[in-house]
Amino acid sequence: MTDYGLRLRHVPSRLGAARRRDCGGTNGAAVLCAALLLTPLAASAELTFSGFVQQNTAFNTAGANPDGRDYKWREERVQLKLDATGGAWRGYFKGDGYYDHLGRSGGGEVREAYVDYAAGAFDLRAGRQIITWGLGDLVFLNDVFPKDYEALFAGRPLEYLKRGVDAVKLGAYPDFASFEFVLIPSFRATRIPDTRRFHLFDPLPAVTNRETVKPGQGEWALRAYRDVAGYDAALYFYRGFQGTPSMRPDSVSAPTRITLFFPELSVYGASLSGRAGEGVLSLEAAYYDSRQDRSGTDFTVPNSQTRLLAAWQIQPWEDFALNLQYYADGIRGYAAYLAALPAGFPVEKRWNHTVGFRATQFFLHQTLRLSVYASYNTSNEDYFVNPELRYSFTDRVWGAVGANAFGGKVSGQFGQLSRDDNLYLQLRYEF
Amino acid sequence: MKRWIALLALALPLSVWAVSGEEVMKKSQAAFLYPGKDFKVRVLMKLINRDGQERVREMTMLRKNTGAAGGEQKYFMYFFQPADVKDMTFMTYKYPAKDDDRWMFIPAVNMVKRIAAQDKRSSFVGSDFTYEDVSGRDVEDDNHVIEREEKLGSRDCYVVKSTPKAGDADFGHKLTWVDKATFLPVKEEQFDRKGAPYKQFTADEIADVKGQPTVIKRTMKNLQTGHRTEVGYLKSEYDLGLEDSLFSERFLRQPPRKWVD
Repeated sequence: MTDYGLRLRHVPSRLGAARRRDCGGTNGAAVLCAALLLTPLAASAELTFSGFVQQNTAFNTAGANPDGRDYKWREERVQLKLDATGGAWRGYFKGDGYYDHLGRSGGGEVREAYVDYAAGAFDLRAGRQIITWGLGDLVFLNDVFPKDYEALFAGRPLEYLKRGVDAVKLGAYPDFASFEFVLIPSFRATRIPDTRRFHLFDPLPAVTNRETVKPGQGEWALRAYRDVAGYDAALYFYRGFQGTPSMRPDSVSAPTRITLFFPELSVYGASLSGRAGEGVLSLEAAYYDSRQDRSGTDFTVPNSQTRLLAAWQIQPWEDFALNLQYYADGIRGYAAYLAALPAGFPVEKRWNHTVGFRATQFFLHQTLRLSVYASYNTSNEDYFVNPELRYSFTDRVWGAVGANAFGGKVSGQFGQLSRDDNLYLQLRYEF
Repeated sequence: MKRWIALLALALPLSVWAVSGEEVMKKSQAAFLYPGKDFKVRVLMKLINRDGQERVREMTMLRKNTGAAGGEQKYFMYFFQPADVKDMTFMTYKYPAKDDDRWMFIPAVNMVKRIAAQDKRSSFVGSDFTYEDVSGRDVEDDNHVIEREEKLGSRDCYVVKSTPKAGDADFGHKLTWVDKATFLPVKEEQFDRKGAPYKQFTADEIADVKGQPTVIKRTMKNLQTGHRTEVGYLKSEYDLGLEDSLFSERFLRQPPRKWVD
């Protein structure tokens, strides 16, 4: 299973409110920082300004939310983008304002706000930025950067799957290879679905006294990549924390209080992508070193893990693309895991095998797109299916209608969401 | 024996022509798709349907030849319009005798993706032009015969009939009017596999850019659907000294403004 944050040990909680307060704080700092940095740049630079207005609604199709509402998402949103370039410098700001009809009311969010500097074989990006590494389609091996699974499952546009991090990224591009070094001074978690909107599996539902402890340290990551005989080859390293929290009860037999924490994690990985036969082959592997529980004896911390991906993408006819994907993850120290797991907790298999595909067909001069994403875990029968039809009414207005369907075992990452199926609409005007 | 002589006489006009159909098409490809060491252009593409409704695609395209004419090339594209693909970039390594390598950068999720590219006859960004129309079709993929020579407007042209060697093309054959003076294709008529008129290309305006005759306005019309695509070159330049390193993942993610303005 990939980290959708919905595993037993990654039990979600009342994280919503705390997280939003946190976002408000860092948003404020990021806006101020961006404004200060952009002001001198703006004076001499070439400026572009763009954005969109959007309506996004997701209707429940398999029953109400835990809080009784009939929608997974119902929101109006405005985005403003400001891009200023001058010589070796570039400033970029992307901020959203929104009104949520399901209880979160209005708010603002800095999606990205950074400054770039490029000089010869080096460049630097500082500020809030979205970082995406790796080759998986909605499965993540070496992409350890924070995500927003609530956005993915609630029928929001795919760009909201990624959360920005406040980071410094240094790029170095000598002739023999390219390097990206990312330093994230303050850890940012992956957003897991809100328990008021999604039916998440909770092994200890009676314990409502919960506290989240965020890591006091930051994270860093490195990627090195180059061409090897026509293939894109990359090596990855990450040192930080699990993106989704683990749960530690004060007592296994009679818990009264649960601490949610982010276990220490390092990831070592590699990937390769290039032409094979009639298509493009992608291979990726990662070793998840669970530094806090290398022996696998602490049931509250995920064991170390091996993750493997193989994907093959072809374009058998005009305007059609098919990506076939196989993903596996394996628990290291499986015997220790079994021995440490308390009775009554669902048992994960040693290896999980997931097969999936994405098929995309364009029509009407590529203004109409039909796509289907599907994923099936052969080990626990978990599935996730997302068909979507998107049409560009004009060059500025597009709309999409799609569905999210989940199923499988009640403790599985998608099985627990089987009552959260939804049908969504997105309508956007871009300016 | 008399019959043989008669046949030879019939064949004579063909054999005395200085160039073969294949040579004309090679020279035409060199003039059309390979001039200069490198090339930069701001492209405005209008997709116009039968009812006259327009959609606009605007991009900067960079090209660098890494070999001789007919050889390898690298392409880089940066999109300005439509709004939902703004800042998207696209890179192609084009190889003459095998499938291209293609990469795409999706700014909304900051992701570089390698994409399959075996269907060169598929539409380029939804237009009536195919990938091959943009970056060239291998001359060796077709048999080329000079059908005749004739004037098109004021230009003396070779009319070359090209028939695909394999049966997997979307057209059955095509006729290309190649200007004898510049070797630019000034008109092309494609026929479907049943022989019915299918698509028509016209070079609507040719200008001299740094001594290189360049088609700065062109149209591809689908005669069967009535849909057409008009392409205008707003700013074009040759021999800027584009470096190889520009055609890399680094610049797909962060395209330098001076090359994509």
